[in-house]
Amino acid sequence: MNQSQSAKSMTHGEAGLAIVFAASAFLCLFATAKALDTAFAFHASLACAASLWAVFAIVNRYYDRPAALPLREINGRPNYNMGPVKFSAVMAMFWGIAGFAVGLLIASQLAWPALNFDLPWTSFGRLRPLHTSAVIFAFGGNVLIATSFYVVQKTCRVRLAGDLAPWFVVIGYNFFILIAGTGYLLGVTQSKEYAEPEWYADLWLTIVWVAYLLVFLMTIIKRKEPHIFVANWFYLAFIVTIAVLHLGNNPALPVSVWGSKSYIAWGGVQDAMFQWWYGHNAVGFFLTAGFLAIMYYFIPKRAERPVYSYRLSIIHFWAIIFLYIWAGPHHLHYTALPDWAQTLGMTFSIMLWMPSWGGMINGLMTLSGAWDKLRTDPVLRMLVVSVAFYGMATFEGPLMSIKVVNSLSHYTDWTVGHVHSGALGWVGFVSFGALYCLIPWLWDRKGLYSLKLVNWHFWIATIGIVLYISAMWVSGILQGLMWRAYTSLGFLEYSFIESVEAMHPFYAIRAAGGALFLIGALIMAYNLWMTVRVGEAEAQSPVALQPAE
Amino acid sequence: MKAILTVQNFTSDFVTTFWTPIFVGIFLAIVAYAYWPRSKAAFDEAAQMPLREE
Repeated sequence: MNQSQSAKSMTHGEAGLAIVFAASAFLCLFATAKALDTAFAFHASLACAASLWAVFAIVNRYYDRPAALPLREINGRPNYNMGPVKFSAVMAMFWGIAGFAVGLLIASQLAWPALNFDLPWTSFGRLRPLHTSAVIFAFGGNVLIATSFYVVQKTCRVRLAGDLAPWFVVIGYNFFILIAGTGYLLGVTQSKEYAEPEWYADLWLTIVWVAYLLVFLMTIIKRKEPHIFVANWFYLAFIVTIAVLHLGNNPALPVSVWGSKSYIAWGGVQDAMFQWWYGHNAVGFFLTAGFLAIMYYFIPKRAERPVYSYRLSIIHFWAIIFLYIWAGPHHLHYTALPDWAQTLGMTFSIMLWMPSWGGMINGLMTLSGAWDKLRTDPVLRMLVVSVAFYGMATFEGPLMSIKVVNSLSHYTDWTVGHVHSGALGWVGFVSFGALYCLIPWLWDRKGLYSLKLVNWHFWIATIGIVLYISAMWVSGILQGLMWRAYTSLGFLEYSFIESVEAMHPFYAIRAAGGALFLIGALIMAYNLWMTVRVGEAEAQSPVALQPAE
Repeated sequence: MKAILTVQNFTSDFVTTFWTPIFVGIFLAIVAYAYWPRSKAAFDEAAQMPLREE
């Protein structure tokens, strides 16, 4: 493809992708005209505009680039491709703030229902999936894509595979987020928790995700380092399992190919079983395996210490692979799901204690010999506290999966608190720590603009999390006890609305905690922005290297 | 036809009956691989990987 230096020609990838997007623009225009509902027409026109932009961007990039494609190595050193990593890192920060802000809004709606504004688009039912998708898939997903593309290059000592493919992955993924998020606001949903996007968004995500898997795999295959570092194993498990879960949980038949509504292939308890096989493994492989990869790379890097026990990390990995996939039924205790399946789910959830705590110990003990750095480096402190929250959330989770405990905790705010100690404490903090490391590395800065601001972020967010989860513990247990309280005559002691009234102060405290967490993220965004704008440049080697792009 | 069904039943019976010991066996093999005394040096070196890159 790039054998001739003088004659410039399009690669097969550029020409092929431009043709595919041109065809897709026509198809989407046709779909806009044929659309049966306004949301579908809106999404088809968005996809049409995006396809046209993609054709333009590919052709424009072709005219701007030199005849030869970027070299895979320069002077024997890998010529890393950091453009897509930068894009994902910036999008992660953007979606994080958007997602936290929507979370604060819906938390406030629960305390002060007037904030629903009596409009369909701002009702809790539509904004709640917007919040969960924005923080999990948009914020978390972009963090995972950015760090995975960074770590796989660095630990394989090789440039990211593909030329346009990595860009297709990062832009295509964010386009999926846009379609999913605007869909929720317009009332487009298949009503499966954490799998709300409708059939056409699911199909698009499938294409993007396969491309992601291929880019990641091809980079590993081309590696210069003989050993595949453990973080790459965790990333690979995350990518492969999410592909399987996504395909397994979404076999839906659209009512019409020109409309947004679809129906799932199976109904009743089978659908519930599939949904929570999906839902819990999204927790296990999206929110756990992917972020454990971050732990195994960024904590050693930041602490300048090797992984505490590499052998334990291998056991940690395989134990999670073997156990997590069976834990889903604990979401369906005391339902129509057969009793043996509920017990199976509970048993495997309890067994998950072992790999979770093994992994936590491995992450924490990586600091042995460098504990003093916790005093001086707030970024490392953030990473380490995230691992502590991981240990706490993975202790609480198995506890709540025990059927007797679940009979008190299920459908209460305890679950919400548990999820957020994992989401804010573990996923949030480990992502913040990774971004605080990554941004100066990507933009060749000596360090962050201000460590003091990181310290402020750390403490404000930590207080926010503590307010959030302790409010939810109290309100959850209170709810559970009120719902099961009987009078001496055997009647329920409280009406449902009385339990709702009792929640009010805790909902106000929870909203305050969420506000602190959002303020912390805004401080972070300012700090990262200033790092890129005015941060001191890293001293480069005297030989001027060709830019990576 | 009957023979094929018998074979399928035998296979599925075998897998459904024995998947737990099969998976436990695979897992124990992985544990043995990870903690094999001779491979200690290689894994200790792998633990340094994030620190070695340029």
